[in-house]
Amino acid sequence: MLSTLRSIWEVFLHMFRGRETVLYPEVKPYLPPRWRGRIVLTRDPDGGERCVACYLCAAACPVDCISLQATEDEHGRRYPEFFRINFSRCIFCGFCEEACPTYAIQLTPDFEMGEYDRRNLVYEKEDLLISGQGKYHGYNFYRVAGLAIKGKDKGEAENEEPPVDVRSLKP
Amino acid sequence: MSEPMSEVMRSLMIIAGVIGVVMTIGGLLVWVERRLLALWQDRYGPNRVGPFGLFQTLADMIKLLMKEDWVPPFADRPVFILAPAIIVVTVLMSFAVLPISRGIGVVELNIGLLFFLGMSSLGVYSIVLAGWASGNKYSLLGGLRASAQMISYEVFMGLSLMGVVMFTGSFNLREIVEAQQDLWFCIPQFFGLVIFLIAGFAETHRLPFDLPEAESELVAGYHSEYSGLKFGMFFLGEYLGITLISALIVILFFGGWMGPFLSPAVWFILKTFLFICVFILVRASLPRPRYDQLMAFGWKVMLPLSLLNLIITGGLILAYKL
Repeated sequence: MLSTLRSIWEVFLHMFRGRETVLYPEVKPYLPPRWRGRIVLTRDPDGGERCVACYLCAAACPVDCISLQATEDEHGRRYPEFFRINFSRCIFCGFCEEACPTYAIQLTPDFEMGEYDRRNLVYEKEDLLISGQGKYHGYNFYRVAGLAIKGKDKGEAENEEPPVDVRSLKP
Repeated sequence: MSEPMSEVMRSLMIIAGVIGVVMTIGGLLVWVERRLLALWQDRYGPNRVGPFGLFQTLADMIKLLMKEDWVPPFADRPVFILAPAIIVVTVLMSFAVLPISRGIGVVELNIGLLFFLGMSSLGVYSIVLAGWASGNKYSLLGGLRASAQMISYEVFMGLSLMGVVMFTGSFNLREIVEAQQDLWFCIPQFFGLVIFLIAGFAETHRLPFDLPEAESELVAGYHSEYSGLKFGMFFLGEYLGITLISALIVILFFGGWMGPFLSPAVWFILKTFLFICVFILVRASLPRPRYDQLMAFGWKVMLPLSLLNLIITGGLILAYKL
């Protein structure tokens, strides 16, 4: 009996407490930099596309929302001919980012991508590609990889020795 | 000729006014309840539609009207359609006997209190019939619970008011208010007030006595199968019931329209609103008891208490020749 009255009184006192609700559109919540939101494709420091169209992100994606087609430019650099993410399927798990060997695909702290038409949620490459480097600065895959492309032969990459002819190595 | 004509016009205007005000209050209460619940739960509640979210009720009403008005194929169709109308009609009928201020009131019945008790008993039919006609076990359980609960709680609801009737010597609500000129009945009839308040929660089947609905056990109890406007009628009936019980508490125990400075009708509405807030506060703070606890509480605690209250009041009146 007394505890009933006491609980009514305690609830009444909540009238003078603050409110917990964050009034969202007016007050934006803080999102940490590693928050898994909208997916972008980044560029290397020279302004070229980082994506080498290895399909690892598409393979890692648990809901198969990434589709792309690899092609090569005149220098022998691979890049995606098209790169399409269907955000109506995407679950923002971040597996694509973990799978990416070149830091090309990254998740960003942005979630405000609501649409009235479902078809507008399919993002093409020009919607995904940003002009900056995203979270990882100064990384250029072709500058550090041993892969030979036009204008950079084997052994010319950063921190790389020229190739050794193993037959010339004699004890 | 003009004299009775204006009399009829006056009555009609009061009737239209009471229905209009009461319906508006019933609608607004949805918003009031959600905002107050939110306030006591450290939230905001609906605050988007219009100023302070006031038009939320309007939006809800449009939504209810737009919904498909569906009668399940296994339901007893005529009863199913009739049931929600009964509760609104019975509650609105009860409003007819309420004296809002000295001269304002639809009808002055010398058995006003009995009329209210009778009408609230008829309101049970709405829920029982809805539960029965839905042809659904959860609805039927809700209807069963409602009938048992409301019948047992009505017994001491009536008994708790007899103290007030003894003091006044009349069932006329206007005379009951006027008898409180010197002392509001909430002081000599304090236990009557507490018992009537608890019975009122049960009568309007609000938390903590919302076992007929009990969404955690019975889906939505008797109105599981209802949608659209028919569900809206149950909703309206519930909020009208809260208003009615609050208004009756004010009339029977808190001096009705009496109060200094402000005009009588304003006092009446202010007091009624206060008790509506009490209803919502209790809903915000108390959990729902088990069904057997509810019945045991009704028959083993409240009924003896109300009888005791009746005996003591009667004894005092006899002893002091009040």
